[in-house]
Amino acid sequence: MKVKVLKRSAEDFVRETKHDIHKVHRNYSQTEHPFEAEREYQRALNAVKLDKVFAKPFIGSLDGHRDALTCVCKHPGRISSIASAAADGEIRLWDLTARKCKASWQGHNGVVRGICYAPGGASILSCADDKTIKFWSLGEEEAAGEGSRRQDEPKDTIVCKHMVTGITHQQQGEKFATCGENTQLWETGRSLPIRTFKWGVDSVHFVRFNPVETNLLGAGAHDNSIIIYDTRDVGPVRKVVMALRSNAMAWNPMEAMVFTTASEDYSLYSWDLRQLKAPTNIFMDHVAAVVDVDYSPTGREIVSGSYDKTIRIFRSHEGRSREVYHTKRMQRLTSVLWSNDDRYIVSGSDEMNLRLWKARASEKLGIIKNRERNSLQYQEKLKEKYSLHPKVSRIQRHRHVPKHVLNASREHTIIKTSKARKEANLRKHSKPGSMPHLPEKDKKVIEES
Amino acid sequence: MGRYFIESDASAKKSQQNDTEQVFNISKSSIKKVKKKNRHKKFKAKGIEYDKKKFKGKERGSADPFPGRKPVDPAKVEKHSRGQAVDVRAVKTLIKKKDLERQEKNIELAAETAARAAEVLLPEEAGYLEGDEDQEFTGRLTQTEIKAAVDPESAAKSFDLKLQEFGPYKCDYTRNGKYLLIGGRKGHVAAFDWTSKALLCEFNAMESVHSVKWLHTHNLFAVAQKKWTYVYDNQGIEIHCVKTMNNMIQLEYLPYHFILAGSSETGNLMWLDVSMGKIIKDTYTKQGRLDVMCQNPRNAVLVCGHSNGTLTMWTPNMQIPAAKMLAHGQAVRGVTVDRSGTYLATSSVDRSIKIWDIRAFKPLHEYKVGHGASQIRFSQRNLLGVSAGNIVQIYKDPTKGEISYPYMKHDTFKTVSQIQFCPYEDVLGIGHGGGFSSILVPGSGEPNFDALEANPYQTTKQRREAEVKMLLDKISPELIT
Repeated sequence: MKVKVLKRSAEDFVRETKHDIHKVHRNYSQTEHPFEAEREYQRALNAVKLDKVFAKPFIGSLDGHRDALTCVCKHPGRISSIASAAADGEIRLWDLTARKCKASWQGHNGVVRGICYAPGGASILSCADDKTIKFWSLGEEEAAGEGSRRQDEPKDTIVCKHMVTGITHQQQGEKFATCGENTQLWETGRSLPIRTFKWGVDSVHFVRFNPVETNLLGAGAHDNSIIIYDTRDVGPVRKVVMALRSNAMAWNPMEAMVFTTASEDYSLYSWDLRQLKAPTNIFMDHVAAVVDVDYSPTGREIVSGSYDKTIRIFRSHEGRSREVYHTKRMQRLTSVLWSNDDRYIVSGSDEMNLRLWKARASEKLGIIKNRERNSLQYQEKLKEKYSLHPKVSRIQRHRHVPKHVLNASREHTIIKTSKARKEANLRKHSKPGSMPHLPEKDKKVIEES
Repeated sequence: MGRYFIESDASAKKSQQNDTEQVFNISKSSIKKVKKKNRHKKFKAKGIEYDKKKFKGKERGSADPFPGRKPVDPAKVEKHSRGQAVDVRAVKTLIKKKDLERQEKNIELAAETAARAAEVLLPEEAGYLEGDEDQEFTGRLTQTEIKAAVDPESAAKSFDLKLQEFGPYKCDYTRNGKYLLIGGRKGHVAAFDWTSKALLCEFNAMESVHSVKWLHTHNLFAVAQKKWTYVYDNQGIEIHCVKTMNNMIQLEYLPYHFILAGSSETGNLMWLDVSMGKIIKDTYTKQGRLDVMCQNPRNAVLVCGHSNGTLTMWTPNMQIPAAKMLAHGQAVRGVTVDRSGTYLATSSVDRSIKIWDIRAFKPLHEYKVGHGASQIRFSQRNLLGVSAGNIVQIYKDPTKGEISYPYMKHDTFKTVSQIQFCPYEDVLGIGHGGGFSSILVPGSGEPNFDALEANPYQTTKQRREAEVKMLLDKISPELIT
């Protein structure tokens, strides 16, 4: 008779000393793990619910300006430095980690229209309604800390003939561009523009240099058009006319030919530079004019601030927002900014406050240990896997929005459906083929050259 | 690794600086022209020149005769796979197609890795009992002979508790097989660690006890007493008296749903969520006294046997039975479902035991036994324990083929009231009229446990963490189908 009975020796299954780790034996056979699908679903449900529980995106507000903020810009090298300018001409430097003002001074006599850092972060350029462009050198202020600037003297001042409404600096190099009556290309050290671009008779209200292809310049003109310039000898190369004006523009820092414009018709358009016949993507979720847009440094997400007092975050390839931020105290937005470490969003609004938000509302900001990170990654993957399940997606999609936004969006839905219904009726009662189905994107461009 | 310089790189840069006008006005036709021109040219990567003489000393040995990884038995991989792959050809979008292909590859890799891990990582092997050349038949071997043949530690796992005064005993093991709970009909309830015989608690409920069941850990257990169901602490302190669960005969605990299910004398089936203390469903089954009940561990469905030979299956989401089938010509006296949820064994007064494929409701085998079996139980490795009167017989692999004689046999001194296999151990616990016996059944327990599911060597901290994790993963009863 041969007999063997199951016998386990405790030393194989119990740790030897309390300084060892526990012995955890695994058996991956399916009979050991019943209800795999149900448990996974339960975990996905818990993951989205916890997401909502931990979704506290507002970090703090940066107080100090005495008039509505008009523009903000980020330091090219440091993550925690930003500069902001207000409608009374004041310029402030902020330290985001301490949420304190590092320095402030009365820069201009009018509304500051544009502000940007020079590459290297050693100086700031600002342009205002008093027709001046001023260069401010930063040096000791970074170390000095809080306090007003020791001098209101700019390093250099350029007085222009006409109004200047926007300023932008090349990512690498000496050139910067301003816009106003027309787009002008300058070089640091010169007091006259090296080139003036003109296309049409309308004034230009924003300019942006492409961070990757540093010779490309994008601008928005008052005739509802977007103009692309090449600052090498060529000049203006492309123009796209749309139905409504674009308010702002941002280039994708990862893909050189992609840029996104924020338009007055409540949506944002993503364009491919090579094919400007139609936008590549339309971002529709705002209920009022979109005022500013910025790309995340990963190039995969955009943040937009709108006249309807909300900030929305969109993924570059999706048409609807993944997140909406709003506060009762935040009034009309004037500018938004995505920090260079992809974690924070800074918004400036016309009630004199800069607000700091998290880019991902339920992200933990502190140090994450390995086990915690693994668990968070598992939860992310679960949410992705079950994102189409109705119960899970319902929780994931749910956001509280201010009442005016909710009512406006309902109204817009009614408008859209009625338009679609009328178009469908027209199509039904006309000769088949005379009214082809056009994708939304193709309807947006009026003229392209 | 060195960097491979492609010759065309440098020349392309130069041309870019000159041809600024050409930057934007590139048309498709011009691209085609360029492609046609360069078709015959092949890009040659220039590698780093290294001194071959220097490296001559390191002579390579003969090539590996078995290159690549060790091949895995496809049958084992099949065991770990979770169903058929998705047909990727049906997907229309290229990006989604690639995504799906990648996912399917990952799933296949996971099944293969699990199969490989199973070969290497599982520390224990199952027990067995085989006869020698002159005595092939193992059915006559007594416990004393087996005890003599194994080491004393394992022999101690087979013991008898002579508790004559308090009536036939019901027994239950915890999920990890460490603790045992026994309840005598006349009210004696005791919970203890059965290997070390360390007593957790012992008391007399002063009422008739019909069934005992552990809840999710060894800290709580439920006792179906004369009128109501009580929940006790491991120290014997009464925690709850569930008045809604009255006249219960059988109790079953669904571990992943945290549900205590019970069948009553009045023909009611009740599901109680023990984490919230809420009765989820109270179904009146209209089938009479429900004294034959078991759960299907795979999908948490309750299977009841009735005196007209029918079997019904119940979920807390439906008022009517989810399934109803005619199993025997006479009353069904024992029902059990195996751990993987594929086989159902039923025993009846007409001295037959039938094995069914539970998902297809098809009878697979039918065996005739000497007496009508009153208790029938599948072990973790699909050994079937059958008790009739005071005889307990164990059949090996009844689901696979025709068997004509039992694998093992054991006599108790009084009539058997309940048998339970101990999880992860080669032990069968028998509650009978004279107390409790535990016998060795080599090959009945699953040799390798998964410590994250049920760990017999759990420390207190591990138990607490496991409790929290189990509660987080608690499945909603709506998902029982």
